[in-house]
Amino acid sequence: MADSPSDKLAAAEFSNAPILGPGHDFASVTDKISSIVLGRGTPTWWIAGFLISFALVMLLMVSVTYLLVYGVGVWGITIPIGWGFAIINFVWWIGIGHAGTLISAILLLLRQQWRTSINRFAEAMTLFAVACAGLFPLLHMGRPWLAYWLFPYPDTMKMWPNFRSPLVWDAFAVSTYATVSLLFWFIGLIPDLATLRDRAKNRAAKMIYGLLAMGWRGSAVHWERHETASLLLAGLATPLVLSVHTIVSFDFAIGIIPGWHSTIFPPYFVAGAIYAGFAMVLTLSIPIRKLFHLEDFITLRHLDNMGKVLLATGLIVGYGYMMEAFMAYYSGDPYERFMILNRMGGPYAPMYWLLISCNIVTPQLLWFRKVRAKAGALFAIAMVVNMGMWLERFVIVVTSLHRDFLPSSWGMYYPTRWDIFTFVGTIGLFLFLFFLFLRYLPLISIFEMRELVAEEEEKKAAG
Amino acid sequence: MDSDRENAGQPDVNISVLRQSSNGGGAPRFWRGLEELGDTAEFRNYKENEFPHGANDPDAKLDRRDLLKVMAASAAFAGLTGCTKLPTQKIVPYVRQPEEIVPGKALFYATAVTLGGVATGVLVESNMARPTKIEGNPDHPGSLGATDVFSQSSILGLYDPDRSQAEIHDGRIGSWAEFQDELSSALGAEKGNGGSGVRLLTPTITSPTLGDQINAFLKAYPSAKWVQYESVTRDNIREGAKLAFGEYANAVYRVDQAEVMVSLDSDFLTSGPGCVRYARDFARKRRVEGPESKMNRLYAVESTPTNTGAMADHRLRMKASDIESFARALARELGVSTVAAPPVPPNVPAGWIAALGRDLKQHPGATLVVAGDQQPPIVHALAYAINQALGNFNKAIYFTAPIEISPVHQWDSIGQLAADIRAGSVTTLLILGSNPVYDAPADLGFKEILPKVPFTARLGLYEDETSALCHWHIPQAHELESWGDARGYDGTATVIQPLIAPLYGGKSEVDFLAVLNAQATKSSHDIVHDYWQAQRPNGGRFDVLWEKTLRDGVVADTALPPKQVSLKSGVGAEIPAAGAQGLEIVFRPDHTIWDGRFANNGWLQELPKPLTTITWDSAAMLSPKTAERLGVKNEEAVELKYQGRTIVAPAWVMPGHADESVTVFLGYGRTRSGRVGTGTGFDAGWIRPLATPWIGTGLEVRATGEKWALATTQTQSTMEGREPLRVATLDEYQKNPVFAQTELGSDTLSLYPAVNYAQGNQWGMAIDLNACTGCGACVVACQAENNIAVVGKREVMIGRHMHWIRIDRYYEGGVDDPQTYHEPVLCMHCENAPCEVVCPVAATVHSPEGLNEMVYNRCVGTRYCSNNCPYKVRRFNFRLYSDWDTPSLFGMRNPNVSVRSRGVMEKCSYCVQRINKVKIGAEEQDRPIRDGEIVTACQQSCPSEALVFGNINDPNSRVSKLKAMNRNYKLLEELNTRPRTTYQAKLRNPNPEIEKAAPV
Repeated sequence: MADSPSDKLAAAEFSNAPILGPGHDFASVTDKISSIVLGRGTPTWWIAGFLISFALVMLLMVSVTYLLVYGVGVWGITIPIGWGFAIINFVWWIGIGHAGTLISAILLLLRQQWRTSINRFAEAMTLFAVACAGLFPLLHMGRPWLAYWLFPYPDTMKMWPNFRSPLVWDAFAVSTYATVSLLFWFIGLIPDLATLRDRAKNRAAKMIYGLLAMGWRGSAVHWERHETASLLLAGLATPLVLSVHTIVSFDFAIGIIPGWHSTIFPPYFVAGAIYAGFAMVLTLSIPIRKLFHLEDFITLRHLDNMGKVLLATGLIVGYGYMMEAFMAYYSGDPYERFMILNRMGGPYAPMYWLLISCNIVTPQLLWFRKVRAKAGALFAIAMVVNMGMWLERFVIVVTSLHRDFLPSSWGMYYPTRWDIFTFVGTIGLFLFLFFLFLRYLPLISIFEMRELVAEEEEKKAAG
Repeated sequence: MDSDRENAGQPDVNISVLRQSSNGGGAPRFWRGLEELGDTAEFRNYKENEFPHGANDPDAKLDRRDLLKVMAASAAFAGLTGCTKLPTQKIVPYVRQPEEIVPGKALFYATAVTLGGVATGVLVESNMARPTKIEGNPDHPGSLGATDVFSQSSILGLYDPDRSQAEIHDGRIGSWAEFQDELSSALGAEKGNGGSGVRLLTPTITSPTLGDQINAFLKAYPSAKWVQYESVTRDNIREGAKLAFGEYANAVYRVDQAEVMVSLDSDFLTSGPGCVRYARDFARKRRVEGPESKMNRLYAVESTPTNTGAMADHRLRMKASDIESFARALARELGVSTVAAPPVPPNVPAGWIAALGRDLKQHPGATLVVAGDQQPPIVHALAYAINQALGNFNKAIYFTAPIEISPVHQWDSIGQLAADIRAGSVTTLLILGSNPVYDAPADLGFKEILPKVPFTARLGLYEDETSALCHWHIPQAHELESWGDARGYDGTATVIQPLIAPLYGGKSEVDFLAVLNAQATKSSHDIVHDYWQAQRPNGGRFDVLWEKTLRDGVVADTALPPKQVSLKSGVGAEIPAAGAQGLEIVFRPDHTIWDGRFANNGWLQELPKPLTTITWDSAAMLSPKTAERLGVKNEEAVELKYQGRTIVAPAWVMPGHADESVTVFLGYGRTRSGRVGTGTGFDAGWIRPLATPWIGTGLEVRATGEKWALATTQTQSTMEGREPLRVATLDEYQKNPVFAQTELGSDTLSLYPAVNYAQGNQWGMAIDLNACTGCGACVVACQAENNIAVVGKREVMIGRHMHWIRIDRYYEGGVDDPQTYHEPVLCMHCENAPCEVVCPVAATVHSPEGLNEMVYNRCVGTRYCSNNCPYKVRRFNFRLYSDWDTPSLFGMRNPNVSVRSRGVMEKCSYCVQRINKVKIGAEEQDRPIRDGEIVTACQQSCPSEALVFGNINDPNSRVSKLKAMNRNYKLLEELNTRPRTTYQAKLRNPNPEIEKAAPV
């Protein structure tokens, strides 16, 4: 269709749109971001949100206590569905984390400037998501106090973990991911913590930020080392984006049951992770830019780019679904065929079709520039994708398990209230940590924004 | 004395000096004694002398050498204490252990357990003088080494914490002595009139000793009456014989001689006296080794689907009240011309009866027609007539004298008892174990009339519904705690010996009768011993015979001899009255709770009932057509109204059930059975009147619209296009002997190097689907052997039952008349186990002998192994299901199997504790393990020998031979799991005439 002049202008606006609002210099950028942390008074909306998430954390505490006292039977899991909400949540949270690492690490190595204003809180999102995710493999065990047996250490029993098991690989992958993400995030924070230390008026703030800043003086040597360290960690973190969720997908792919036993899982899961992660980044960044008035930093171009990534990964995920269905038919395997037909028409069919509409149908709206330009529409689509990705894990875990080879062992999975409380509790935990982060740490990378200002000025000077 | 004190060197104290010094200065402010207050010179001196001068003196010079000397001296002094000579006291070691008991080694004792008075011989495993497991007695004709579900669960009844533990007298704790006093005065009052107000109410008694005692009692009180009553009454069978022969007679079936059998609503393979033996004999004639083998053939005509019907090669369903017509038609077909011609029962395909008749006539003397226990006497008489016409008497069927001491029409006598109580002519009612308030026909109203009797005493295992209304309740000793005797299905007597002294001071039936016979001081052991000594003096060497009897578990040569009976003329000549129209109601004993006596047995409550897999409840079964007509849905609460009484029951739509008929099961709806059984299910006995113990017409059903959720262990009943169970007809098998085998070769590709299993013992199991009747004995045996927990209805509903072996039930064909198949599934012990790969902590590993071993204490409970098991044989302890707290259950548990805690996975281990026991024994004796030496619990209990365990590396072992058969196949072979447990496909042996017409 012919583009109207206004459309062309819009396109031009987007592709060349600045990724930093006009009229910013070093001082204003630093001021804007650090004032969120150091400014007096806490916005009411932050207090309200913080209290709500705190209440949910308390709900989590109660749920976990109840679980540890009475056992994993308080959840809805049974034989044959031995995994339910816990593993679904685990995969969902871990998946979400991948976007943060992709933005921080991969986009850094690919020198994508637009990552600058979103990478800090995206990486924080990753960390908190991994924290929430890491709870579930512990909690879902029948005897969680022995979880350390999954790690290799020389013990008196001369027993090592079974390295053939994907759950052991998970233990390595997730702990590596958590460690590297934490390191990467913290290293990146150091210059900003120093900024805060220098600007803080409050003695306590000065001391805490000072401690955390680890003696950063901003010397050239420091910056050089910092740059090298960041690049190294980015190099370390990049393969993790692909490997961690691949390992998580092996939890299923190594299994024998139809619906799990498929080689499509690693790429499908990685794409899904990035998909879910970007949806979560959008979910977080749109309110942040509104409530903190950061439209100059997190611009429409950022939203546009994120929307495009969402669309791209959504298409890959959609391709994955279609291939799964096609392969089930093409293989001729009666168990595989039944599995797909059961997903589409069995007792959990509503979940499956909701999943398709959330994950395949809804994101098609992102083809339209107009949709990508509206923050509200993007937020809504991102929430839908969040839900859709959770549903995807539900469909994978539950529908594959509940009807497998022998019809005599078919069953149904019904979550109990403790399943739901625990899940909502971890959402609360995530928000709780995130709110703390928003209030007490610079949510956008100050020094990188300053670099951006410098580059923009250079570009302007050049022509 | 002061002077003593002075002489002891204490300083003198002058009070005046004291007062002076305390008033003035210089006296110490705080003082402990007058001397100190006075601070006299003597005191100071004393103070100095009290402590050796040099000890606290800091100036005392002690050089290094002196110090060392002093230290050495102290050390030497310290050692001196060791040199004392203690007084010698002799202690004596415990060298005389109790005879035969070796800690860790189990002993087996032969005894019997009874149901309805009929004994099945058992061997009870006793660990450290505690009975822990029941097995069949290979020497008892009714067992041959196998058990049914009731015998297996008996052990839990012994250790039931809800068993009554004290005598109760009008609601407070009494004593045995007090009871004896009151009883003797009550009986004493009756002595004058010969005991006309005395009634003794017992279940069916086959025990010779008890019979002797009761007869002695009745001699002393000639007007007293002995009432026998069973809720699951065998009156119809007794009256059937009386109708046919003019006298009571006991029918014994020689199923091993029958080539063709017809079951007329009979569940003879899994229910009733002799069922264990009949199942074995039946299965032995269905073991098809190769295409040239022959099979027996079973026809079933029934209303309620049963396991026997499921095994049948042809099954016709019809209302229970129509079976009489069928029997008449069959009798006329076979030439019993005196039988009045009936209207042909509905929905019998044309030519069916004729084809059946031809088949039967082809095997004279080698056929059997068995009438169901619940069918009216005329059907039994007709069955006997048919058997005679076929020449089966004294071949496939023979008759003996009744095994009951006193065969009577029991329901008539209980009716008479109720009438007597109403009339006020009963003054003393003594109840030996029966529970009439719960299970007597509802219209007799025992709950109202029992309190009317002036003196009631009950001997009962539990303080239940009846005991609550009796003046005296005496705790009964469990069968495993009692001396006694009983007869088996063919009359073989067994002396029942106790495995343990009564846990709660209970009294056995023999004890109770001893009191009645004023022999209270004689022990039950002596009574039983003396009875048998009187019967079999053995030429003065009775002690030898006694010991042999107790050891073998059977009294030699007590099987009742065949007795000649002759059919009365004109059997069945009367034209039957026109059947009443309307919905039929059929009462049946429950498969696992029987008449309610096992309601508090958790194993039996949780044992999935055959064909429905319902647990913890019973249901009102009806056919899909009838359900549709009545507007009733599955698991919907329905109101059943019969003869003016109403109960609410959950409906179960039962494929294969007869139309226009509703089956309800006895034994549930109990109000005082203990913590396990109270409140489960509904009381079908409430609508069961005296006139119709089993089959009635005129039932009204009303759907209430409310749901009554039932806990079943299997929700999907069809095979869904897969073939977990392979079945073919004998013809198809003969044409294609390898029909069961998959096209995969045996060496499917694997990335892993092959493990060499050629050395040593390699364990495997073969399950013959032709033999499995679905009775469930293996499930309970496994539960007993492996300390498996009971989880309760709510957990079973979610799917968390813990049985290591389960019996899958598959329907094939339409929902109205399906084929039913049973398949026991346990851990396959796959050589390529999917579970082993995925356990993160290596809690499930493979032994060099082929066992997949579950290591409970390593399991962290991720449940990946269960997710990855395609057979879903792994069970998880989602909560702490094992009972950590109830002390009485500690004694019951098998000491060789750990009790699992919360969060741990468990599964069949091929009874590794039994394997190891035999291995150790064989190693000690330096010999290889013999085939058949290791018997798993499930194998041992199976009446039809469907499960066979053994060494697959030994080509001569039974299991190897079974696996070598061409009927052998592996479940889910295409997954390349290489299971060690394999199946032999099921074969049906249909009658070609009937099969051609319409495959049924």
